[in-house]
Amino acid sequence: MQSTGLTIISALDALTGALFLLTALGVVGTRQVLASLQLFIVQSVLLAASALLLGIALGSPHLLAVAAITIATKTFLIPWVLRHTVSAEVYRTREIGRVLNVPASLLVAALLVVLAYAVAYPLVEAVPRPFTNINLPLGIAAIFLGAFTIVVRREAVPQLLGLLAVENGVFFAGIAIVPNLPVIAELAAAVDVPVIALVVGLLTRRIYTRLGTTSVGRLATLREH
Amino acid sequence: MLERILYNLLQVAIVVGFAPLAEGVTTRLKEILQSKRGPSIFQPYRDLWKLLHKDEVVSDYASWIFRTAPYVAFVAPVFVALLIPVLTRYPLEFAFMGDMLGGGFILALGGFFTTLAAVDTGNPYGPMGASRTRMVGFLAEPVFIVVFLTVSFVAGSTIPYIVQTHWSTPIANFFEPSHILLLIAFLMLILAEDGRIPVDNPSGLFELAMIDRSKGLEYSGRSAALIKWAGAMKFFVLITIFLNVLVTPWGLAATAAPIDVLVAIPCVLLKVFLFILVLVYIESSLAKLRLFRITEFLGAAFVISVVAMITRLSAI
Repeated sequence: MQSTGLTIISALDALTGALFLLTALGVVGTRQVLASLQLFIVQSVLLAASALLLGIALGSPHLLAVAAITIATKTFLIPWVLRHTVSAEVYRTREIGRVLNVPASLLVAALLVVLAYAVAYPLVEAVPRPFTNINLPLGIAAIFLGAFTIVVRREAVPQLLGLLAVENGVFFAGIAIVPNLPVIAELAAAVDVPVIALVVGLLTRRIYTRLGTTSVGRLATLREH
Repeated sequence: MLERILYNLLQVAIVVGFAPLAEGVTTRLKEILQSKRGPSIFQPYRDLWKLLHKDEVVSDYASWIFRTAPYVAFVAPVFVALLIPVLTRYPLEFAFMGDMLGGGFILALGGFFTTLAAVDTGNPYGPMGASRTRMVGFLAEPVFIVVFLTVSFVAGSTIPYIVQTHWSTPIANFFEPSHILLLIAFLMLILAEDGRIPVDNPSGLFELAMIDRSKGLEYSGRSAALIKWAGAMKFFVLITIFLNVLVTPWGLAATAAPIDVLVAIPCVLLKVFLFILVLVYIESSLAKLRLFRITEFLGAAFVISVVAMITRLSAI
């Protein structure tokens, strides 16, 4: 009985993991700034769902706290901060200047997922725990994809979302490895991350009002007149 | 033995008979969503009836390919309907003649002939649409292959009946990440293969923007009816594979009793109706992609299917 319940929970966790990876791929691939923000919100909801499932399965109240804090900060606070600090003009932009075109960057993203599995496999072998075989490789893949988002996109807001996706990936992997996370760590993240979002948002706002663009990639050619 | 053959033929009859209805319902729902009344859901049947009673005009420059293509296109989905589970959970008489790859090849053969026929006449729009269809086809092909590879890898077979039982027993299999990712990739494939909105506009009348529909422009009379009907059947067959093999492997007849098989018919039609609701929602909320953005759409489908395969490979 116990084992069938656990199988269903691990199946559901795998499902949220798959969708989590899909949203990470979406943040790499979408053109609209607003769409990538919405994908980030969905990704955070999935992270919270996975934490909830693991919390129920492992009987760990800390993970339930992680789920609650994730929902509060990443689906409400951060989007709200980003929407209010960065002007609406930025979210209306469609074609984001990218380093690689969409199909090429998606193919690189697929290779990164392969790499993530290759990296995670020995780790999973070394420390067999209930959910690490699902959460660890997917979390590492999300870390890689978030980092790749920062590399491949040139606008400030999607780059920030890439950074936040890395953060989500860290937590997605972390909740399986350390189910009894000290609450202080999670609280620190809950305060840190919105502050990062606020700072980058304000900075983007300044850049936008001064230059009329948020294309960070072009800042390399900035010169003093 | 005999009843298995009968059920198999019944499957074909359902695909042939209800395919225009599915198209009619799709059109009607789309019009309702646009605050219009829309044509009756039986309009495709009336169109077919009218076309079948009309004279046919064939270009002087057309060769035998032009004349035979409608028949090939019509027969291809009928053959595929023999191979796939439409009503029953257990394999029927002809189920082992071909697997999912075989079905894909047969459908591709129909598409190949209509493409050739479009190039065959002097109509300038035909070759343009044909080359565009090939472009979409080339991009969709790798996704198909990876999806089939993953499915066969997961279920240990490419016979649709065996694949279908694998997803539903035990139920935990249904929530496998690779399964969900495959569903998404396959849905994107159906949209591309059938010329649905993010890729092509099925109700558009502007020849220069057409991808799939411009292939049938030169046909009239009976051939036009066959081409239309074949298009509707291909759509129905793809939906049936998607629903009965991948998404909802429930509601099919488990025994050989005739009553079970008859009960399965409304179940299948209900599932198709629900899928059409989703499809209409997708089609009404998205805009058609520019031609060179289709690469991105199918590239995304390819990456999703590859990720499905990776998650599966490493799960063992």
